[in-house]
Amino acid sequence: MNLKTFKHGIHPTYNKEFTSGKGIENCPVPKKVIIPLQQHIGRPCKPLVKKGDEVTEGQKIGDVEAFVSTPVHASITGKVTDIAPYPYPLGGMVQSIVIQRSEDISDKTSNDFNNKENSKLDISSLTSEDIRLAVHSAGIVGLGGAAFPTHVKLSPPENKEIDAIIINGCECEPYLTADDRLMVEHSEKILYGALAIMKAVNAGKIYIGIEANKKDALSLIKEKSAHFKEIQVVALQVKYPQGAEKMLIKAVLNRDVPLGGLPMDAGVVVQNVGTAFAAYNALQNKKPLTQRVVTVTGPGITEPKNLMVRIGTPFSDVIDVCGGIKEGNKKVIMGGPMMGIAQSRLDVPVIKGTSGILVLMESDTIRDFYKPCIRCAGCVDACPMKLIPYRLSDFGRFHMTEEFKEYGGMGCIECGCCSFTCPSNRPLVHWIRIGKLRLREAEKKSA
Amino acid sequence: MPEIKEKKDDLLIVSSSPHIHTVENIPRIMHNVILSLFPPMGVSVYFFGMNALLLMLTSTVACILTEYVFQKGRKKEITIGDGSAIITGLLLALTLPPAFPLWAAALGGIVAMSLGKHIFGGLGYNIFNPALLGRAFLQAAFPVMITTWSAPLTGSIPVDGVTTATPLSLMKFEGQMTPYLNLLFGNVSGSLGETSAIAILIGAIYLLYKGYINLRQPFSYIGAIFVSGGIFWLISPDKYPDPIFHILSGGVMLGAFFMVTDYVTTPTTPLGQWIFGIAAGFLVVIIRLFGGLPEGVMYSILLMNAITPLLNRYTRPKIFGEVKVG
Repeated sequence: MNLKTFKHGIHPTYNKEFTSGKGIENCPVPKKVIIPLQQHIGRPCKPLVKKGDEVTEGQKIGDVEAFVSTPVHASITGKVTDIAPYPYPLGGMVQSIVIQRSEDISDKTSNDFNNKENSKLDISSLTSEDIRLAVHSAGIVGLGGAAFPTHVKLSPPENKEIDAIIINGCECEPYLTADDRLMVEHSEKILYGALAIMKAVNAGKIYIGIEANKKDALSLIKEKSAHFKEIQVVALQVKYPQGAEKMLIKAVLNRDVPLGGLPMDAGVVVQNVGTAFAAYNALQNKKPLTQRVVTVTGPGITEPKNLMVRIGTPFSDVIDVCGGIKEGNKKVIMGGPMMGIAQSRLDVPVIKGTSGILVLMESDTIRDFYKPCIRCAGCVDACPMKLIPYRLSDFGRFHMTEEFKEYGGMGCIECGCCSFTCPSNRPLVHWIRIGKLRLREAEKKSA
Repeated sequence: MPEIKEKKDDLLIVSSSPHIHTVENIPRIMHNVILSLFPPMGVSVYFFGMNALLLMLTSTVACILTEYVFQKGRKKEITIGDGSAIITGLLLALTLPPAFPLWAAALGGIVAMSLGKHIFGGLGYNIFNPALLGRAFLQAAFPVMITTWSAPLTGSIPVDGVTTATPLSLMKFEGQMTPYLNLLFGNVSGSLGETSAIAILIGAIYLLYKGYINLRQPFSYIGAIFVSGGIFWLISPDKYPDPIFHILSGGVMLGAFFMVTDYVTTPTTPLGQWIFGIAAGFLVVIIRLFGGLPEGVMYSILLMNAITPLLNRYTRPKIFGEVKVG
């Protein structure tokens, strides 16, 4: 098979076998959910409910009138007990709505999100505007992790013509299998969702990019999409960070997204398979985004699982469903091991962008102090953006914002390939992040 | 609300991503390079006997001790275990004549590590290849000793007295050629580790297979020597040696696979690596044919080391998607 890919990148150990064969189970309905009013990139929502209000599952509880924003919904039926800043998995505190589950709902309540039955979604009667509106009011964001409001991506300016959409089924982060399971178990819903997304941007073609290590998903999606002439499944080499938009567009269509530009500048819109699935639920079942698949995995988890989890469920509840955490020092990470965020506490909620909860024991992570750079150029050969990470990192550390800008530091996608590769264990991407921050501050000051 | 865990062995570790790391580290790379030097080392002992072994031992111990003294004196972490000092010691010894005095080899090791490496701040900060800098010092200080060559022996009798010329000086000063087969197997006079092209290739193939070196640098270096040597040969086949002789004789093989590929002192960008290799290869031929010395590998690499920072600066690759927007 002729597998496509992009240049550079790395081959970490994938460790997907913890959960790759495990079907998506329903996570029991939690007693309490914490729903942050900002789970997306853009303007935070304002609460639409007050303390003491009764809410039902799927009810819109937060919204704001801004284009780059998206509403949040109650994921359980119950009573609002608090509206206050709560710890947030991306760090810091975020204004959140806490809902206590109502007593007449058991934790075994059935879950139509994980319903295996498919009904054909008829999009012929829908206009692009209908689809965009439905996606917006369902609170859908990019579910690959970045959590960018989907309706914004589906509203390209008129001068940008979109000829293709790419459905991202790479899941190139090690350990995670949520997208893989979704493709295996809900393949047709993803296809219908993708068709709707295609219609929303008036594109003519759908490419579904799947890495070759997901054999079941690849053959199933291929089989189910065979009778849609506008859908083409593209098998990709297994390589990180293939799921990064720019790399995926390069791999699938051999197009370069201009530096500082967006996928739409290359005529493409990229959506995650989870997002396509959510779009199907929004259009067909009128279900807002209140649940998502979360891979709970890693050597520190007693019983790794793929779970359909309600947004707002505390990490500790989800971990308990998987038999708890093993004893010892550990890292609890939201997302995958390459770009995920280490958590300092376990009472943070699952949010729309939570693709996984990964628990690594201390022995699985290297914590040695870094050594001098030996200029092996491993980072240069790994960087998918073709930057010079070892120099950028020094520019970032040492306040050399001019040089940082000259060397194109803002182009860094923070995939972490450089840090992963470095034999001196230097935290390159960390220093580059600092450089980006400093450059932004400097530019704000001079503006 | 915050649940602070008092138990010290049950903490949550927090750091920025990525949270996993390659198994590679500096000692692992260095130890693999040392392993890849075993074939040329073995051949040198086979052809030049105990003296070869003693030379390698002496210069390596000198390098390790110098590194230790410097790091102790500067109150820095002692890193003699990472293998980089051993590589410098071995590479220095491999470029010395078999009958070279041990005390002078030790001196070479001390200079290599102090002036070549630690004066700049240690591993990763040096400009010149330490082993070659050490050898350049020895060449300047002991010009006779370093050009006194012994004939190869196929036994372990110490080499004394029997002096002969290297294939390069035979070519340069007497217009005499050495058979390729001898150059391949190393059955010629020359520096310890430079005589056998096959032994060096075995080590190089191991490093290439492991991914520790790339082909760009050795290929461009050898290729440039082949092409520029070939041009002179075509102009005047009687006066100049053929390009294959250029490649197989002297330090070209060792230099191409173990010194032009050095991480610290050569460019990091692909284009820079090509330029480095081509320019250094061209210099080898110029020095060999028109310079006062029969061999040019050492100076070709040292000269290019000096402009490596410049090459890094001006050969920055185009960033992905770096085009004019609109």
